Amino acid sequence: MAVRIDIEHVARLARLALTAEEEERLGRQLPAILEHAATVGEVAADDVPPTAYAIPRSNVYREDDPEPCLPQAEALANAPEQEDGRFRVVRVVERDR
Amino acid sequence: VSSPELCDLTGSHLAAELAGGGVSATEVVESSLRRIESVDGSVGAFLTRTPEVALERAAELDAHRSTGAPQHPVAGIPLALKDVLSTMGIRTTCGSRILETYVPPFDCTAWARLSGRGSALLGKTNCDEFAMGSSNENSAFGPVRNPWDLERVPGGSSGGSAAAVAAGEVVWALGTDTGGSVRQPASLSGVVGLKPTYGLVSRYGLIAFASSLDTVGTLTRDVRDAAVLLEAIAGKDPRDATSLDAEVPDYLAGLDRGVGGLRVGVIAEAFGEGVEPDVRDSVRSAVDRLDALGAEVGEASLPHAAYTLPAYYLIAPSEASSNLARYDGVRYGYRAEGASDSVEMMARTRGEGFGPEVKRRIMLGTYALSAGYYEAYYGQAQKVRTLMIRDYEAAFERFDVLVSPTSPTTAFRIGEKVDDPMAMYLNDIFTIPANLAGVPAISVPCGLDAAGLPIGLQFTAPVLGEPVLFRAASALERDLGLVLRPPLLAGV
Repeated sequence: MAVRIDIEHVARLARLALTAEEEERLGRQLPAILEHAATVGEVAADDVPPTAYAIPRSNVYREDDPEPCLPQAEALANAPEQEDGRFRVVRVVERDR
Repeated sequence: VSSPELCDLTGSHLAAELAGGGVSATEVVESSLRRIESVDGSVGAFLTRTPEVALERAAELDAHRSTGAPQHPVAGIPLALKDVLSTMGIRTTCGSRILETYVPPFDCTAWARLSGRGSALLGKTNCDEFAMGSSNENSAFGPVRNPWDLERVPGGSSGGSAAAVAAGEVVWALGTDTGGSVRQPASLSGVVGLKPTYGLVSRYGLIAFASSLDTVGTLTRDVRDAAVLLEAIAGKDPRDATSLDAEVPDYLAGLDRGVGGLRVGVIAEAFGEGVEPDVRDSVRSAVDRLDALGAEVGEASLPHAAYTLPAYYLIAPSEASSNLARYDGVRYGYRAEGASDSVEMMARTRGEGFGPEVKRRIMLGTYALSAGYYEAYYGQAQKVRTLMIRDYEAAFERFDVLVSPTSPTTAFRIGEKVDDPMAMYLNDIFTIPANLAGVPAISVPCGLDAAGLPIGLQFTAPVLGEPVLFRAASALERDLGLVLRPPLLAGV
């Protein structure tokens, strides 16, 4: 199965800024890896159910007891930028002019 | 050849010495510190050293011991942790620029349990970035060198942990194993590497790579130490919803039972093309020893094992692309400067902060999960998991444990496979099946190749079959009686 990948599109989905050299290299490598990976289709018949977790767990509950959470100062301690007890980021929404 | 020092002994041996009062915890920790000082400049196992943490712990233990109170077998034993395991107040980088300055506000459960029992932390070890790799060459902070030959890789991704144990820098270490990242470096570095049953050890605070496959494992100098260390970290943790609600048995109880009557299945598919002749011969002759010791040896087959490598390279990158979405430059880690909007800030942060292998896997996973491709790739790969689980179920009806080489090769040269991702991925061909099926497996040294490099043999057992793994591995280890001392240590 020949695999064609729009590297720029996938990089945009992944929020990954790539250099031209990286785009060229991944454009060569990813199809080769995916062609090999696609061999899973040779044995994955319709009557084989998928497994997401090898040891299935469902409905894992805990007691609804309040516990202390991470204090604000600790939550902010690793932030690249902070201001007034919040994470500071570049503008997300344009201002009305 | 210089004589072994305290840091060269096993954890069980040291615990007995400590209990008998023959040595102090401070002497043990100082022995480790001296070894790190003399060899880590050439090995490069550590990203962060924590001598003050270990010495303070040792002093507490020594003060306590004078009161005669018994201490846990891990108390005072020098430990290293792979740098994907969160340590409160101690930098945890995942071998990545994007987390170069990250200091976790909490401990992972595995370390919290060891710390609570008196374990002495010497530092955080180098690894492939976000545990993605089989050679430790994908670390943003440089390679780790194999103590058996400094021009060769120690394996990966837990390469720093394996090398530190092999070189006597610590007595034991924790690593993580998603597709072989504890067992393969153990094999290449001549130590014992255990990947427990999925969910037996809490993943809380293990920085996620592929959540359905990630496990915390042990790197030790013998099988007994693996049993001791596992017992200290295993068990249900309410902070990890996938952790198993299973009772943790006494792993030492059956350790010395031997292999008489044990049904040992040799995996037929694991001795074919691509396996180095010395590796094949060494594992075969170890199997002959098991036979001589009274095991019932037969041939086992895992017909779908060949499909687990392609399945793994869909499942692991898919889960990674989702897990690594959190590194967006907002709450922690690196942030690119000067972006004009948030999308550009995130894309440039990730473009500058991640290395080539992590980018490759994020791209693979993003593609495999994207609209129109999900069923053909991720959906099909999950079916292979079902087939692999069935293969193991069939094999374990006939056998108690399965045997194969851990890795098709011994340690390869630094740089040898770095430009060929497909060749690199083949390192994990015999270790990946256990991760996909969630079953436990252990790598134990079984000999040296013609160049004097260690060879590892892998035992695999059914879910929660750790006791039989330890029993088989320990019997082989006793019978072979290998003395594994890397040439590097001749001069220290």
